[in-house]
Amino acid sequence: MEVKANLQYAKSHEWVLIEGSKAKIGISDFAQHALGDVVYISIPEEGDTVVAGEPFADVESVKAASDIYSPVTGTVVAVNEVLNDTPALLNEDPYGAWIIEVEVGSLSDDLMDAGQYEAYCAEQ
Amino acid sequence: MKLLYELSKEGRNSFQLPTDGIKDYTLCEKRTSHVRLPDVAEIDLHRYYQALSKRVHCIESGFYPLGSCTMKYNPKINDVVASLPGFAEIHPLQDLSTVKGAVEVYELLNRGLCEVTGMDAMSFQPAAGAHGEFTALLAIRAYHHHHSDFARTKVIIPDSAHGTNPASAVMAGFEVVSIPSTPEGFVDIEALKKVVGKDTAALMLTNPNTLGKFEKGIKEITNIIHEHGGLVYYDGANLNAVMGIVRPGDMGFDIVHLNLHKTFSTPHGGGGPGSGPIGCKKILVPFLPKTELPYRCGTEEQFDSVGKVRSFHGNFLVSLRALVYMITLGGKGLRNASEMAVLNANYLYKKLAPLYGETADTICMHEFIVSAESINKEIGVRAIDIAKGMMDKGVHPPTIYFPLIVKEAMMFEPTETESLDTLNEVAEKMKEIIGEAYADPQALHDAPKSTPIGRADEVMAARNLILRYRFH
Repeated sequence: MEVKANLQYAKSHEWVLIEGSKAKIGISDFAQHALGDVVYISIPEEGDTVVAGEPFADVESVKAASDIYSPVTGTVVAVNEVLNDTPALLNEDPYGAWIIEVEVGSLSDDLMDAGQYEAYCAEQ
Repeated sequence: MKLLYELSKEGRNSFQLPTDGIKDYTLCEKRTSHVRLPDVAEIDLHRYYQALSKRVHCIESGFYPLGSCTMKYNPKINDVVASLPGFAEIHPLQDLSTVKGAVEVYELLNRGLCEVTGMDAMSFQPAAGAHGEFTALLAIRAYHHHHSDFARTKVIIPDSAHGTNPASAVMAGFEVVSIPSTPEGFVDIEALKKVVGKDTAALMLTNPNTLGKFEKGIKEITNIIHEHGGLVYYDGANLNAVMGIVRPGDMGFDIVHLNLHKTFSTPHGGGGPGSGPIGCKKILVPFLPKTELPYRCGTEEQFDSVGKVRSFHGNFLVSLRALVYMITLGGKGLRNASEMAVLNANYLYKKLAPLYGETADTICMHEFIVSAESINKEIGVRAIDIAKGMMDKGVHPPTIYFPLIVKEAMMFEPTETESLDTLNEVAEKMKEIIGEAYADPQALHDAPKSTPIGRADEVMAARNLILRYRFH
């Protein structure tokens, strides 16, 4: 299982890449493994508000449908529309397949760095 | 295998219409093409369905421990009674005075199910379990609105619940509040206390819960909800564990749905017809769906009803089969069925748990969960691989990956109708499958090999839906 050093992680297995005032959000390698093959994702629209700790998207895999929780509060400024047609990217390249980009108001206060997240996953 | 449309040849039809006195009639002026129905001779039609039926695994062909689905054997006497012309050939628009027997069926079933559930009245309109959930939630909403209590917009649901619970709540216009389970798999009562309040319309719960355990704190749970003015809904999916032993009404539930097609032995699994009647305490009776049948006492005026949720009186012949089952078994028989269901589940649990590296140190109810997580970590064989391997041994797989809170979950529900011999045989087969997996992990990734289509590409099946035959 891969954990990327330059990202922050939520307990619910989303990653955040902070770039200035913006953040890209996706799901971790651990998450895509647990989900199994993803067949569908519903993504919010540009301009939508996301709230830290609240679901902003849901994914359907061959096993189950699951919520994806936002690690930040803010406004969606871009969505990765490629995922609508090729949700399998979430499995193939979880750290490349960002889901939304958010203009960040505030970050969730219990995000982990890569080392902490690796230890957290080992306990799961 | 060819589809009926591919077998079709013009003129081979297996019917003859009278030629005299019937004029050609145009059904719809706007239709410009012919209605495309397959043209197949009677013998070919029968061979087609025979071939299909041979490809099916049903309860008559083998063990079927699909957890949470109660795939018990359905006694054929149910079908014998349901095919009596006095039941099978009546019409719902007939005057009630000409179908007194059918009316009595509902009266008896109403009385019997109220006795089993501890409720005061039933509605037989809902056509299946989720339909019953939805109808019950409409009744709960109508109840709160009737008391001018419009602030109750939330329904609390444990994270172990059947997926239909949150779906029904959202469909009925509520917001879902999910609460976690304790590590032992019970409702986290402290978490419940934190979220319950004046905005709580109801708590939805199944007991025994989806982990196959009886909620020991059930009285405290229902009391907490009632103290805050909410109602408590019982998902009857797991009633097969407790018939004649404990009643939802006595646990403090206000409204229940039942799956007659599961617990009361009517055929299911092929997409219906099912029957998901709801039963409730007196306070909710005025809000039940309207009925013209006289089985519900004291509700002649139904001004507050949520209305009708289905045409006529529900799936009558399914209800009738359920009544025949109840009468055949009687009160003691129903209790015995539940006791045997729990005994069978515990027996199989004790046999299977060691194969998964678990110790069966707890008592389960009518179903149990084993996790393939340690096998997966060790040799990369997952629940789905074991499930596919079971098909090659002629056993229907259990429910897998549910409940969501257990990793690599495999949920077995053997039901009461299986003999000790069958349970022993199945345990032997499971031992073989998992033994073979350790000897050659790849073998299960390639399973099943003996079924008509082998390992299905589930991703492709979900992404490229082909829902109808394409003529061109």
